[in-house]
Amino acid sequence: MEEFIVTEKLTKTYGDVTAIDALDLKVHAGEIYGFLGPNGAGKTTTIRVLTTLTKPTSGRALVNGFDVVKEPDEVKKMIGVVQQHVSLDRDLSVRENLEFRARLHHLGSAERKKRIDELLDYVGLTEEADRIVDDLSGGMKKRAMIIGSLLHRPKVLFLDEPTVGLDAQTRRRLWDSIRRLHLDGTTIFLTTHYIEEAEALCQRVGIIHRGRLIDLGKPLELRQRLGLVTVETLVDNKETRYQYFADREAATSYVQNLPSDAKTIIIRDSNLEDVFVELTGRKVGDD
Amino acid sequence: MITVLRDIYSVLWVDLRFLRRHWLRTLATSLVNPVLYLVAFGYGLGGGISFDGYSYLAFVMPGIIALTAMSSSYGGAGYKLHVDRLFYRCFDEYLMSPISLFSLAVGKTLIGVVRGLISTVAILAVGVIISPALIVSPLFMLILVSSCFVFSFLGVLVGMWAKSHQDMTTFNTLVILPMTFLSGTFFSLNQLPGAVKAVLYLLPLTHSSECLRAAALGQTFPWLSFAALLGFGLLFFAGCMWALKRASV
Ligand SMILES: Nc1ncnc2c1ncn2[C@@H]1O[C@H](COP(=O)(O)OP(=O)(O)O)[C@@H](O)[C@H]1O
Ligand SMILES: [Mg+2]
Repeated sequence: MEEFIVTEKLTKTYGDVTAIDALDLKVHAGEIYGFLGPNGAGKTTTIRVLTTLTKPTSGRALVNGFDVVKEPDEVKKMIGVVQQHVSLDRDLSVRENLEFRARLHHLGSAERKKRIDELLDYVGLTEEADRIVDDLSGGMKKRAMIIGSLLHRPKVLFLDEPTVGLDAQTRRRLWDSIRRLHLDGTTIFLTTHYIEEAEALCQRVGIIHRGRLIDLGKPLELRQRLGLVTVETLVDNKETRYQYFADREAATSYVQNLPSDAKTIIIRDSNLEDVFVELTGRKVGDD
Repeated sequence: MITVLRDIYSVLWVDLRFLRRHWLRTLATSLVNPVLYLVAFGYGLGGGISFDGYSYLAFVMPGIIALTAMSSSYGGAGYKLHVDRLFYRCFDEYLMSPISLFSLAVGKTLIGVVRGLISTVAILAVGVIISPALIVSPLFMLILVSSCFVFSFLGVLVGMWAKSHQDMTTFNTLVILPMTFLSGTFFSLNQLPGAVKAVLYLLPLTHSSECLRAAALGQTFPWLSFAALLGFGLLFFAGCMWALKRASV
């Protein structure tokens, strides 16, 4: 499979803090790659390095074969970035923000107009085009940012925690937009600390913890490695113990043979959160 | 070359859109200070005094134009940049786009020049009416435009360098504010002891107001000061490029 993004021992330190630590990543062309980790794990730093905004301390990173440090101009032509925070000029209208980005990416005036209208329609923002960004809802701002990142038809789109702070409905609409981009052939690098987002969207998920990649695979593979079925048991009426089994039968026979002082709370499908907790000893979203 | 010009215009474009939406407010706020100085010093304090052989009003007018050029250009280039970087955080969009740092620096400078010229031309219009001694020659305009560039470069430099809002206000209080009053804008440097005078020549606004005054009143032109002004311009521009390079670490 063709690798679209490759990093080798990629490291970035800020003073004493090692934000990312010898990361070796391989993102396939055309896939949705999920980068799952708690706050402070190093997700944003990774995106900043891959998008030429931050220089790595050591190691290297290639995007479509171009080195982010040595050939940043080639990289910039290929990437679209939706940052974690709102990165729009809040005093201007949506259309003005988009036109500005289109100009920065050298779109001609006829193409600018056509592309902006097309994308406004694509994410359902046509009605809002002339409103000032400051007056829009969070979901609308995010959609405007996504359009802004797509104007120049990037080959790879970086989405940094795109659905944080959005309500469930808006989140699903956004997921649909991301899936459509994927179907159109765009490689997508998405970070999230939402387990269900990684499971719902991504073909492969890399789990990052304290700047290190600690596991990688398809969501199903990750769960299989752990055991597809989880049994939660209450021990001494105070602590929940988690046990993982390959299938329901194994789980059930375990439960039947439990000593009488242990209470089984639930038998359920394992999820990525279980994988994460087992790998790191803490929950995603814990600080 | 064409690409550079187009990129510069792209950078300027977005700030022009902002200016277009808020032009009246921008113009009004940038004229408050000079008009206050004009009334307080030109008429209030200096009414009836003559100075270096001119009425104080004629003397102070070029100084007020110089400080208007400074504050409008510096603020016009620096503030929005600062807000874009630290509060709106949309500045990364420039850095991730395929435009050069040179185009970015010049584009961000030009909005300061545009705003500086709008304010100074408005004040100048008042000036020629109330003080007919004022000569608006091509030389005068050349210095005015140069001054706007110099202080816009400074604005971009400070807007890029400031890591917080506090950095920005500190710089304004420690450098810009004293410069406003001390640079021979309201009085003649010849009244001062040599050592003080020497220090004040380290301020770009001193050269700007000396040159503007000489041109406006038809005195012998201080070419050395003009050279110094351009020197400050080069220095500040180099500073802008340095600050922009530093932005991506
Ligand atoms: N500009 C910076 N200066 C200092 N430390 C930083 C900077 N950016 C990130 N960090 C630190 O690097 C670590 C990783 O941060 P980040 O990449 O933002 O994590 P995430 O996006 O996964 O929440 C954190 O400990 C954070 O405090
Ligand atoms: Mg982050």
